[in-house]
Amino acid sequence: MKTAISKEFEAIVGETNVMASEVDRHTYSYDAAVLDSEMPSLVVRPENSEALGKTVKLCNDNGLPLTVRGAGTNLSGGTIPHPGGVVVLTNGLNRILELNEEDMYAVVEPGVVTTSLATEAAACGLFYPPDPGSQAVSTLGGNVAENAGGLRGLKYGVTKDYVMGVDFWDVNGNLVKTGSRTVKCASGYNLAGLMVGSEGTLGVFDKLILKLIPPPKTSRSMMAIFSSMKSASETVSAIIAAKIVPATLEIMDNFTIRAVENFRHAGLPTEAAALLLIEVDGHPGQVEEDAVRVEQICREHGASKLKVASDAAERNAVWQARRDALPALAKLKPTCVLEDATVPRSKIPAMIQALDEISQKFALTIGTFGHAGDGNLHPTILTDKRDHKEWQRVEKAIDEIFNRALELGGTLSGEHGIGLAKAKYMVLETNSGTLDYCRRMKSVLDPKGILNPGKIIG
Amino acid sequence: MANLQQLAQMFKELDDQLVSCMRCGMCQAVCPVFAQTGREADVTRGKLALLDGLAREMLADPDGVNEKLNRCLLCGTCQSNCPSGVRIMDIFLKARAIMTGYFGLSKTKQVIFRGMLANPRLFNALTGMGATFQGLFTKKVDDMLGSSCARFNAPLVADRHFNTLAATPLHRIVPQLDTPAGASGLRVAFFTGCVIDKIFPHVGEAALKVLKEKGVGVFLPSKQACCGIPALSSGDGTTFDKLVAMNMHRFMSGEFDYLLTTCATCTSTIKELWPQMFKGDPALRAEIKELADKTMDISQFLVDILGVQEAEVANGKKVTYHDPCHLKNSLAITVQPRTMIKAAGCTFQEMREAGSCCGCGGSFNVAHYDLSKKIGTRKAENIINSGMDTLATSCPACMLHITDMLSRKNAGIEVKHVIELYADSIKNEG
Repeated sequence: MKTAISKEFEAIVGETNVMASEVDRHTYSYDAAVLDSEMPSLVVRPENSEALGKTVKLCNDNGLPLTVRGAGTNLSGGTIPHPGGVVVLTNGLNRILELNEEDMYAVVEPGVVTTSLATEAAACGLFYPPDPGSQAVSTLGGNVAENAGGLRGLKYGVTKDYVMGVDFWDVNGNLVKTGSRTVKCASGYNLAGLMVGSEGTLGVFDKLILKLIPPPKTSRSMMAIFSSMKSASETVSAIIAAKIVPATLEIMDNFTIRAVENFRHAGLPTEAAALLLIEVDGHPGQVEEDAVRVEQICREHGASKLKVASDAAERNAVWQARRDALPALAKLKPTCVLEDATVPRSKIPAMIQALDEISQKFALTIGTFGHAGDGNLHPTILTDKRDHKEWQRVEKAIDEIFNRALELGGTLSGEHGIGLAKAKYMVLETNSGTLDYCRRMKSVLDPKGILNPGKIIG
Repeated sequence: MANLQQLAQMFKELDDQLVSCMRCGMCQAVCPVFAQTGREADVTRGKLALLDGLAREMLADPDGVNEKLNRCLLCGTCQSNCPSGVRIMDIFLKARAIMTGYFGLSKTKQVIFRGMLANPRLFNALTGMGATFQGLFTKKVDDMLGSSCARFNAPLVADRHFNTLAATPLHRIVPQLDTPAGASGLRVAFFTGCVIDKIFPHVGEAALKVLKEKGVGVFLPSKQACCGIPALSSGDGTTFDKLVAMNMHRFMSGEFDYLLTTCATCTSTIKELWPQMFKGDPALRAEIKELADKTMDISQFLVDILGVQEAEVANGKKVTYHDPCHLKNSLAITVQPRTMIKAAGCTFQEMREAGSCCGCGGSFNVAHYDLSKKIGTRKAENIINSGMDTLATSCPACMLHITDMLSRKNAGIEVKHVIELYADSIKNEG
């Protein structure tokens, strides 16, 4: 049955781009977070900028909650719609509008897939560094909305470091232009900065201007094995203290190492307590020097074994182990809760100790791996959400993980965003005054509260 | 017809498998159907969520779910790339069986599967008649590809450029064969498969020629039946079981070291689905498993067992290769067919996206021809852009669809089975 409102959306985006059947709506009721699904009342897929703007306005005119969705890979529930709301898909807006080699930037629509931009940039001899785990499907609009990270955060930063400008639609259907194509820009409020990590609560992205950089000339990867997580994490601190900034510096605990080895049989040492995967990149001379120094530091801190990749195949084997971490863990149990609480990097040993205690206290299996170089660990709780008793313990363990990370001066989320999953903890990281400020700001910019309600600030 | 709750109960039996999907959405990167439509219900994550929705009684429209479930090529690309190792093909086939149990099998499919496939003699007689009279209804459009199109507007044929039925099917050319092991000391059984038998008998002949040349004895029993995949993918387990049992009785009478086919789909069906999905006579279980373990693709046998190697000089055709899903995704066979092409003395050039589905998908091609054509057009463009003059593959179903796609573009590119190229090279040498 077609409602009057769905006909109005059809007039804007075309009949085939409005989905109203129960079956279609059900497939937009979830994302990658372990949370309950919520049914939207309509799913709308604009294919051009003008249609996107009109869609936003029509939602606002009718007080319909609106949730923007790219690939739906969100890990904090940011793309789970408000019950009865409208899901606005961006995968019909997936054009790279400009790739400027001279000024090193790209202008893209929000639905462009992350790797598509990286690949196109590479074809022009440029580099787009943010590489979230879902990059093969995730959209740049989603990456900006969540301030997505990745493996290269330590040296290259995260998505926010590459956003030069964002054009977005406000709830009244006006296009707001922010930032510029220039390296420097001091014109007015930094609204583009406000949009980064706003999770669709303040505006709907129309275009993104993203910075590109020259790629490193060469790189070297290595794998170091340690007999304790403590010595591995001390090595991380020592490398940074030696003023070396590797492009990637990843850690894996014994549980993860065993899972990966079981999965791939690539010959990882299953008895090792910890493993560091390190890549230095840059000018060949510097890479050579840094690699030697990193190797030295690893040995000084008790690395029992160290393997430097000597060719592309060996380099790939090193990173395959890291790429295997999540799939290998995910296969062990039906439900896999992947957290991203982040601490200052010097606190990594303490956080790892805390995770160990939490795992024992709640009798849960937690595999830990992650971006040791930037303090962003991924404690991964393996469970079965159908086991209600265990699930209660999981929820308590999650509370405690956040508490401990905050006690160590950390943050709730390094790269997955707050969404629905962590909204209730926001006050712990900030304070009621902060939340009040955010809510007042939103109430002015979005008086009817249609933009992705319930996310971040509850 | 059962009610919704009973249907939910049946889907709950898949719960342990369904729950292993963590909704990460990585299947969006590889699904050929999703690449065309961008709709979540067309990608595996969406389909699994729909089945889960039925199991949890969250959905009241099983018809709608069934329609989405069938918008799938069963190419298995999602499964071979799934981070949590969900057994997707297994779930989909079981789900289709549950749906068919609930809705019943369509009249057309009843006639095709139960009336025709399950009666090989009738099937042969009907297709034999078809071969005689097809000239009346079709006209040739590409001599090189051997493709035709309909003279009249026929609903099933639409505007396809299809390969016509062979004048003489393989089961007439070689009714049966039982030759002893030669120089190789090996004996193989040969499973022909419907498409090879009725449309590409020369591929079967090429395989038999190569096996003879290599001193391999062949057991080719008469009255072989379809491998059962069309019935199984339409959820008709009854016909599937019947076909498997018929074939088992034909093959159990011979002694051989390996069972070979020249059809990727038959190979993966016998090797993976016969042992997994057969619900018939329990006494056959052990034999089915044993036969499945002995089953191999023809290139795999020639390279891995007989040690065929790449030729040193390439002076033959310029060839690119399309990976059939049922070899690449189901059985991880990608190297051996390429070795065979080089062993045939051909110049080989990899195309872009060689491992992506051609869009055929068996009955998917019939039910969703437009989508099938879009996916196939991308394949055809990749083939043309490789700059080669021949497309080789290892599956007659892919050959059919790719022929259709290339013929529409007047590409001037031949479509060959890998074994044909190799058989031709033997002729040239000798």
